[in-house]
Amino acid sequence: MTMTTADKIQANLNKRYAAERRFRSYGLVSVAIGLAALLFLFLSIIGKGYTAFQQTYVKLDVQFDAAIIDPQRTRDPQTLARADYGKLIKKTMRERFPDVKNRRDKRKLYKLISPGAVYMIQDMVRNDPRLIGTTQTVWVPADDDVDMLIKGYINRDEPESARRLKDKEIAWIDSLAATSSLEKRFNKTFFTAGDSREPELAGIWGAVVGSFYTLVVTLVLSFPIGVATAVYLEEFAPTNRWTDLIEVNINNLAAVPSIVFGLLGLSVFLNFMALPRSAPLVGGLVLSLMTLPTVIIASRASLQSVPPSIREGALGMGASQMQMVAHHVLPLAMPGMLTGTIIGMARALGESAPLLMIGMVAFIVNVPEGPLDPSTVLPVQIYLWADTPERAFVERTSAATLVLLAFLVVMNGAAVWLRKRFEQRW
Amino acid sequence: MSTPLLIAVLLLLTAAAFEFGRRRALQVAGSEFRTLHSLPRYYGSFTALWCALPALVLLGAWLAFEDKIITNLVITDLPASYQSLSEPELNLIINDLRNHLSGNVVSRELSPDMQVAAAHYGNLRATSEAALTVLFLSVAMLGMGLAWRKIAPDFWARNRVEAIVKVLLIICSTLAIFITIGIVLSVLFESIRFFQTVSIFDFLFGLEWSPQTAIREDQVGSSGAFGAVPLFAGTLLISVIAMLVAAPIGLTSAIYLSEYSHPRFRATAKPLLEILAGIPTVVYGFFAALTVAPLIRDVGNNFGLEVSSESALAAGLVMGIMIIPFVSSISDDVINAVPQSLRDGSLALGSTQSEMIRKVVLPAALPGIVGGMLLAISRAIGETMIVVMAAGLAANLTANPLEAVTTVTVQIVTLLVGDQEFDSPKTLAAFALGLMLFLVTLALNVIALYVVRKYREQYE
Repeated sequence: MTMTTADKIQANLNKRYAAERRFRSYGLVSVAIGLAALLFLFLSIIGKGYTAFQQTYVKLDVQFDAAIIDPQRTRDPQTLARADYGKLIKKTMRERFPDVKNRRDKRKLYKLISPGAVYMIQDMVRNDPRLIGTTQTVWVPADDDVDMLIKGYINRDEPESARRLKDKEIAWIDSLAATSSLEKRFNKTFFTAGDSREPELAGIWGAVVGSFYTLVVTLVLSFPIGVATAVYLEEFAPTNRWTDLIEVNINNLAAVPSIVFGLLGLSVFLNFMALPRSAPLVGGLVLSLMTLPTVIIASRASLQSVPPSIREGALGMGASQMQMVAHHVLPLAMPGMLTGTIIGMARALGESAPLLMIGMVAFIVNVPEGPLDPSTVLPVQIYLWADTPERAFVERTSAATLVLLAFLVVMNGAAVWLRKRFEQRW
Repeated sequence: MSTPLLIAVLLLLTAAAFEFGRRRALQVAGSEFRTLHSLPRYYGSFTALWCALPALVLLGAWLAFEDKIITNLVITDLPASYQSLSEPELNLIINDLRNHLSGNVVSRELSPDMQVAAAHYGNLRATSEAALTVLFLSVAMLGMGLAWRKIAPDFWARNRVEAIVKVLLIICSTLAIFITIGIVLSVLFESIRFFQTVSIFDFLFGLEWSPQTAIREDQVGSSGAFGAVPLFAGTLLISVIAMLVAAPIGLTSAIYLSEYSHPRFRATAKPLLEILAGIPTVVYGFFAALTVAPLIRDVGNNFGLEVSSESALAAGLVMGIMIIPFVSSISDDVINAVPQSLRDGSLALGSTQSEMIRKVVLPAALPGIVGGMLLAISRAIGETMIVVMAAGLAANLTANPLEAVTTVTVQIVTLLVGDQEFDSPKTLAAFALGLMLFLVTLALNVIALYVVRKYREQYE
């Protein structure tokens, strides 16, 4: 039986339609893969990080023994500052677990309480010396291992030798839990403290403040310079070799790897100009060089979208070119410029590679008080914590990531809002 | 006065200068207000600019050279026994003096000689600060006075102010060129110093990379090999993996979103995909190191494969995910730039939509797509945090994606983070690697931008 032409065409057509459907599904699958990756990324970070917003606290009935704190009863602030508050906590723990006799066991017992508890007790006494001689119920942060056990990250079924907490310690913790002396509370420390070697005392506030100073420096430098460059290139510059060269440079700088800007910062700002290492000032300088192309490109696009009729109208009314730009074009282009600047700032906030080069990776406990103090920034803090082996830092790294992402969402949301609110179609 | 205080004072002076200039203009015009060439505020701005700009230039120049000059003066006044010291030792002494002056901990007790030098240093600094304050304020006042005297009804203040502003705009716009020059010079100088100790051929073609130089002379393996081929190979491997992920996914999703999808779907899916581009790289690095790498290792182990926990595959895969939106948005732009008439013609001849895309739209958009891919590759080569956190440190020369490799950017970071002495080839090697990175990405960018621009012109 021979095939008619119509049959041939039909067969061919079916093949072509099948190919069409396949091609179409490839596209859909690609989009789906992209979105799935996004979802997986977010879920994995949220899943690892949400527990860090809570921290386990231990209830201790601390007896503020006058014999330990202030034997002479002077109530002198110097004496109160120097007293051995660790002894109070150790004593409380010994009384809570009277059957722990062995020295090594005792040391393990004391370790269930975070070293930060000592400073807490100290602050309490210094704020209110009348506490001396009384017994108070105090909730102090537990050690990160206790916290991990309570949150279920330490597997009790593992052999004892492979576990960070031994059977004895787990028994103590269970006994604390049984008398409801353990409680998970909102982890305020995480939002108010600087970095620390102890996960339960580590916070992101120092890094947030460092990021803030860095961004302020970046904004102060890159916004005016970027806008000025864009205005010159769009409104005044003649088209010649020189402006061509500037344009090529800007486009190239936008694609130079960020780490190269770090090398520039290291050799020019630190070695040549001898500016302080690890300072937000230098970080801001480096990041402003990096965001400058973004700001310039966005500002130029915004200036281009202002219709020529506005310019002609202003010039026709007798305005000088500078007045035309300053009074008419710039105000109309400003929302677009601000949008571009916010997006540039958001990128600068997430940037970490060039900051590693200029020493913003140091371990810094103090919250910086100005743009010349040594500090770190949020993404670098994430990098530093990601490197530490403790399990408790994994959840804190994820939580810090969530905070960073929240800042970025807010900034990008502001940019989108600004664009929607002031967008003009000419 | 300290620098911030000086600037605050200058701001006040500038505001005052504006007001003086404005008043002066009104005063010289008298009742004949119309005889003034410009509006009074332009006379004010003129005076204010003349007050602020010269003083700021002076401040900048002073701060740039103050430190160098004072240090030199201190060194020349040191006792003769110190003059013969080498440069690093002198730097150490100067550092001690500085720390001593700012009340920090000093690495050793200061000898009486040094106490004298420290006092001398302190004096010089105080003198410099006093001199700066006097000069700064007098320059500001002088500028203000000169401008003030010039004010007359037939003085063209607006044109002068506009000319000054225009010069400022031009200076700002040339900054981009200075940044590029700064980058080139800073990496070039250190690289040249590096190539004086290590031959450029050994660096470019050497197969062994172990930058740890010896502390003792007789240490085993003390040579410090600087053959960068394993780094180039590692960078290439990870970038290829990233592009294998990003190119097909990015391109096909761009085709789907621009040619097939419902506008409403596009309006949600495109911004969602672009979120991927906005996520900081350190987050990707954390994700790669903590989630993807162990996952790949476990899956590989199940199949009986030996997978390193810092495999190139994990880093490349995550980097690919990061680049997807980059590829897709560039492809989207290029595809949209293909004129509708080409599509209409193809459909009118009876082709299906996929045939139209594959045989007409894609060939027409090809140069632009290639340009976009080149930009994406340059992005992948320069990416730092993902590989620093998820790729290895040891330089393996391998093409196996399941093994750990290291990249150029990882080595730059490891060589430069932490304590460094600025003369060792180890530190300088980082700059040589930076130079390579800059040159390669620059070449890719220039080619890509050229191709994209040429292509755009074709359809405009």
